[in-house]
Amino acid sequence: MKQDELAQSLKAALGGLVEDVVFFRDEVTLVVPREHIIEVLTYLRDAQGFDMLTDETCVDYYPREPRFGILYQLNSLSRLIRLRVKVMLSEHDPTIRSAVSVYRNANWLEREIYDLFGIHFEGHPNLRRILLPADYQGHPLRKEVPVTVEENAFSFNRARIDAQKPYATE
Amino acid sequence: MLTQTEAPTLGENTVRVEDVQLDITLDQLKKLVSPRALTGETMLMNMGPQHPSTHGVLRLLLELDGETIVNCIPDIGYLHTGIEKTAEGKTYLKAIPLTDRTDYLAPMSNNLAFCGTVEKLVGIEVPLRAQYLRVILMELTRMNSHLVWLGTHALDIGAMSVFLYCMREREMILDIYEAVSGARMMSSYIRPGGLWRDVPNVFFDLVQRVLDVFPRRLLEYEKLLTHNPMWKERTVGIGKISAQDAIAWGMTGPCLRGSGVNYDVRKAYPYSSYDHFEFSVPVGSNGDVYDRYLCRMEEFNQSLKIIRQALKNLPAGPVMTDDRKVAPPPKHEIAYSMESLIHHFKLWTEGFKAPEGEVYFAVESGKGEYGVLLSGDGTSKPRRVHFRAPSFHNLQPLNELARGHMLADIVAIIGSIDIVLGDVDR
Amino acid sequence: MGLEQKLGDMGIVTTSLEKAVGWARTRSMWPLLFGLACCAIEMMSTQASRYDLSRFGMELMRASPRQSDLMIVAGRVSRKMAPVLRNLYDQMPDPKWVIAMGDCASCGGVFNNYAIVQGVDEIVPVDVYVAGCPPRPETLIDGIIKLHEKVRAEPLKKWA
Repeated sequence: MKQDELAQSLKAALGGLVEDVVFFRDEVTLVVPREHIIEVLTYLRDAQGFDMLTDETCVDYYPREPRFGILYQLNSLSRLIRLRVKVMLSEHDPTIRSAVSVYRNANWLEREIYDLFGIHFEGHPNLRRILLPADYQGHPLRKEVPVTVEENAFSFNRARIDAQKPYATE
Repeated sequence: MLTQTEAPTLGENTVRVEDVQLDITLDQLKKLVSPRALTGETMLMNMGPQHPSTHGVLRLLLELDGETIVNCIPDIGYLHTGIEKTAEGKTYLKAIPLTDRTDYLAPMSNNLAFCGTVEKLVGIEVPLRAQYLRVILMELTRMNSHLVWLGTHALDIGAMSVFLYCMREREMILDIYEAVSGARMMSSYIRPGGLWRDVPNVFFDLVQRVLDVFPRRLLEYEKLLTHNPMWKERTVGIGKISAQDAIAWGMTGPCLRGSGVNYDVRKAYPYSSYDHFEFSVPVGSNGDVYDRYLCRMEEFNQSLKIIRQALKNLPAGPVMTDDRKVAPPPKHEIAYSMESLIHHFKLWTEGFKAPEGEVYFAVESGKGEYGVLLSGDGTSKPRRVHFRAPSFHNLQPLNELARGHMLADIVAIIGSIDIVLGDVDR
Repeated sequence: MGLEQKLGDMGIVTTSLEKAVGWARTRSMWPLLFGLACCAIEMMSTQASRYDLSRFGMELMRASPRQSDLMIVAGRVSRKMAPVLRNLYDQMPDPKWVIAMGDCASCGGVFNNYAIVQGVDEIVPVDVYVAGCPPRPETLIDGIIKLHEKVRAEPLKKWA
């Protein structure tokens, strides 16, 4: 099994830099403490041939603590293997070093995570909102933000709908 | 208590670059543009979000030295829909229609990416007939996506008739969508475990019509464009990117292959039995607008080749898994079996449960690697869905692609990377 | 030639000014070339080969709001896009009309969330709502014809 071997070899090579190796549905996830993330990513890129950062995103594990998981989905075009790296961040200090120095396309991905989750990326060249307007308050993909904004109206009570809805004028 | 990280406060030195809002501090602006822009030597210009050639609501901040582009900074988010948040509030089945609306030119690819992820997370086997039908629909979707790309790209550069021809051919594919799913665009036809239903008989006639008509039409486009000196004048050598840069920027699909990297998810990580079919992956060499164009044009032929093989070898059998955990009971059973009725009701209201864990699954859509990163939390709703949108990654190096070219080339470059703003902003 | 021989001498046609102006307005309606999301693709289909919107004298889409009198809001309007949309509407010269194309533009559609304006009528006054996600080209054409009927019935005073 290709993925099994990968998990074993990476565990041996990285040693203390990796907290845990999760094996789920044929996918390997390295759980890395946040101090070592840049070292691990650099090693994976240079020595293991993971040359493409396919995706980077954040998962909110509320109410668990540590609450936020930053996921780096890596891809090796030469070896054709995928690998995921995961860093858990505490709710009280959602800060991590930026991966832009290792993978260039992390730039927008980290801006998106900052925008939607409020994670701070230290050393990011241009950390500001990307998808939402600059004056938006809060970070909407966090679990405390409700999914819906408007109550579903199952009746055709025009008077009630009109009373709530701000109609535009000329 | 929950902490809220503060957005950077906009102080007194906030400059309003144009009348459309890009609220950005002077320090942030200095990082983006060259120092010459602040002395007035070069010109900062706004393009979009309402512009006929930005393929939707893309906004660009252009720094121009005369006609030459010094910097080109995309500003996205004008179509941010919050699809990922809405999907968190829906069961796995009900989240499928949302995926249609991310990359709305290739709805079936998105369906497959999402359903494939759910299948991986839950552990469902898909019957072979469903896999083959999925392949046929995937390739039709790729052609659909490429047709809109070709039409709008040519329209941007100035070839009006190609647009009308492409939309004419696209209607043939939309007819197939309508025959199988009932909707022209937003099909939601692919479900976890297979397909919504087996294809109707008319499906085969319609696909055959595409196979008969399309090669002839493709020659028409090639005649109009491929060796046209005006077309080559505007595309050859424009928007170049090297293979190393394209990989480092995470570009996928024809944008990556145009630079000479042979990476196709269908070959690299075969899904839906793509390894049963024989096809080649067209690869360019120069990484310019023209090579990306040639790659996509050849992909039309390869798609037709795959469809022919899949039609010929289409196995009989069910199109939905018999795992009743995710598949609804057949309609006729509901009529006499109380259990089936309850089961049906439970499945459509509560949905099926998926285990806890994260999976990633990607398909090769028309634009590149369309992946879904799904985090299940043990209930019937996802904890987090993230769409790995190919357009998002292909758009990011726009500054590198456009730098040094003329202002008029920016529309050719945007057309050639084939972005869909619904995919970029999600 | 032709028509006059068939119908005889047409002479003078009398009608009210309102009717004549309303008729003329429907015959030279220039929509704003403005697409947002999925519905914009169906709007493109409506103009393209099979559905051919030019049968209704509507094919001339203007990219400049200063030259157009109909805004077809084709797709979901995000909170970031809303000020831009209003800005475009304000630039259009009177008389002007708005069609909300699709469910998202009409009421927010499936996207009942933080990012989407729950109906474009919160930003600009809407004349015709076209349902569907996305509406078929026939549906959009029907909406346009409905708008034409509405425009023909409008009193002159409204835009005076």
